[in-house]
Amino acid sequence: MAIEFRNVRKTYPDGTTAVEDFSLTIPSRSTTVFVGSSGCGNTTLLRMINRMVDATSGQVLIDGEDVGAIEPVALRRRIGYVMQNSGLLPHRTVIDNVATVPVLTGTPKAKAREQSMALLDRVGLDRSLAKRYPGQLSGGQQQRVGVARGLAADPNILLMDEPFGAVDPIVRDELQRELLRLQRELGKTVVFVTHDIDEAFLLGTQVVILKRGGVVAQIGTPAEILARPKDDFVADFIGAKRGKRRLTVEQQGDGDDLLLVDSSGYPAGLISAPGGRLEPVLSGGSDPKSRSVSNKTDQAGDA
Amino acid sequence: MLFLDAIDWILDPEHWREVNFGPGIGEELVAHLWLTLLSVLAVAVVALPVGLYIGHTGRGRGVAVVLANVVRAVPTLGLLALLFIALPLGLGPAVFVFLLLGVPPLLAGAYAGLESVDRQTIDAARAMGFTEWQVLLRVELPLAAPLILGGLRSTVLQVIASVTLISNFGLNSLGDFILGGLASQDYPQVVAGSLLVTALALLVDGLLALVERAAAPRGVSRGDGRTTARSRRVRTAPTGAPIAEGN
Ligand SMILES: Nc1ncnc2c1ncn2[C@@H]1O[C@H](COP(=O)(O)OP(=O)(O)O)[C@@H](O)[C@H]1O
Ligand SMILES: [Mg+2]
Repeated sequence: MAIEFRNVRKTYPDGTTAVEDFSLTIPSRSTTVFVGSSGCGNTTLLRMINRMVDATSGQVLIDGEDVGAIEPVALRRRIGYVMQNSGLLPHRTVIDNVATVPVLTGTPKAKAREQSMALLDRVGLDRSLAKRYPGQLSGGQQQRVGVARGLAADPNILLMDEPFGAVDPIVRDELQRELLRLQRELGKTVVFVTHDIDEAFLLGTQVVILKRGGVVAQIGTPAEILARPKDDFVADFIGAKRGKRRLTVEQQGDGDDLLLVDSSGYPAGLISAPGGRLEPVLSGGSDPKSRSVSNKTDQAGDA
Repeated sequence: MLFLDAIDWILDPEHWREVNFGPGIGEELVAHLWLTLLSVLAVAVVALPVGLYIGHTGRGRGVAVVLANVVRAVPTLGLLALLFIALPLGLGPAVFVFLLLGVPPLLAGAYAGLESVDRQTIDAARAMGFTEWQVLLRVELPLAAPLILGGLRSTVLQVIASVTLISNFGLNSLGDFILGGLASQDYPQVVAGSLLVTALALLVDGLLALVERAAAPRGVSRGDGRTTARSRRVRTAPTGAPIAEGN
């Protein structure tokens, strides 16, 4: 399910233009991350895909079909959505929350519950939590339930709006790794919003760095962006959190790529050469451990 | 002692059949409850749809608040007198008057109940693919139930108390004992009438309190301050126009 934004603009009724003129193709079965500071229009862009927000002008297409022509309720039921504060229904048990969309679309309750149980396993939740209410779960558990709910109708597209933004770093780390695992297993078209560049590089096959007004600062694989930040804004953005680490060129890959490594030995960047072979290592489908390691580095760098 | 005399008066089986050649306690009680029931039903028919509409859409709140306050400010007896001068006597007009008096609390309970539901919860439900009706019936109503029933309780109390005054206008109610007692200076009867009205109000209110407790959604503690506080904060954010979007 490829998603295409064509000259999309969004002006809210109060006159705020959240997105000025945005075009992008999101390839199917991979993870695209929108990253930008708060207020850049991340959420607006994401919600235009499932018509929680309607574009003022321009089009959003899913596999060539204009979403504007699809009835919003039907559209939303076939797109998974995970938000920051889980958005779970507080008066329904975990299992019923997960089963929400299948029940809406007419799956018999017993069957929906049974499938939801399997989903709890999938997202690493103990089945004993099924009968609890969301208020009885930790933040991290709630987010897992949120992810399970997003996956329940087996949608081709999964929209995630800062899903791990409100959990503590250790749990976030765990959730990120699990998302990578899930994505390897399921191969959804994931559109993920974050303010955290490290999270973006860790999870994204394609990373879109946004400025205010949904202006694209740079699009590329993490390796491309790390290797060649397009301008000072991007360099600043991806460098800001990396602190004042002293970088050294430590390794040479099989090709001509140069891997930048910080003083504690963690990879921090890549200078890719034509035909370089390290690129795929950092850009997806690789051993998730090495990537989560690079993420941890940055949290350590923050502390 | 007046209070004990009043108790004696109530316990006198004769008074349950007939008082001063007029209807006894039993008949007045039934009349009182019947008028209350009809009035509360009328209130529900008006206040619930309007209140739910206001709470769900956020539209028309200002008008409702002003109207409710105007009605609240008017003295009950004055309103009754005014309307009975303008309207013919009878059950219908009486119900109409109690409808006016009873609407504000339930209306306020309905829209305040819906407004207390976390905006993010509603937004998430919509994003899952709930229709507007499903948002209302499966998310907003269950979560708002305690506040709505709280409003209903206030309405019922208001009506039970106001129905007492209907005696001034010729319809039966427990108020007959108070009015009749005052006229014949039979003070035990006046106090007995007041006690009966009070006891009825307390009893009905107690029953409704049980219903309210039973209706509190599981998983959400009663009067959950956290939910309310969060929804308030979220509501002031510029994203608070979820209805206009995406439909
Ligand atoms: N419903 C709305 N009404 C008015 N302005 C909005 C609304 N939603 C978002 N905005 C504004 O649009 C801009 C982008 O918002 P958003 O897409 O939520 O940004 P992000 O998710 O990147 O933080 C912000 O300036 C925000 O205040
Ligand atoms: Mg956002």
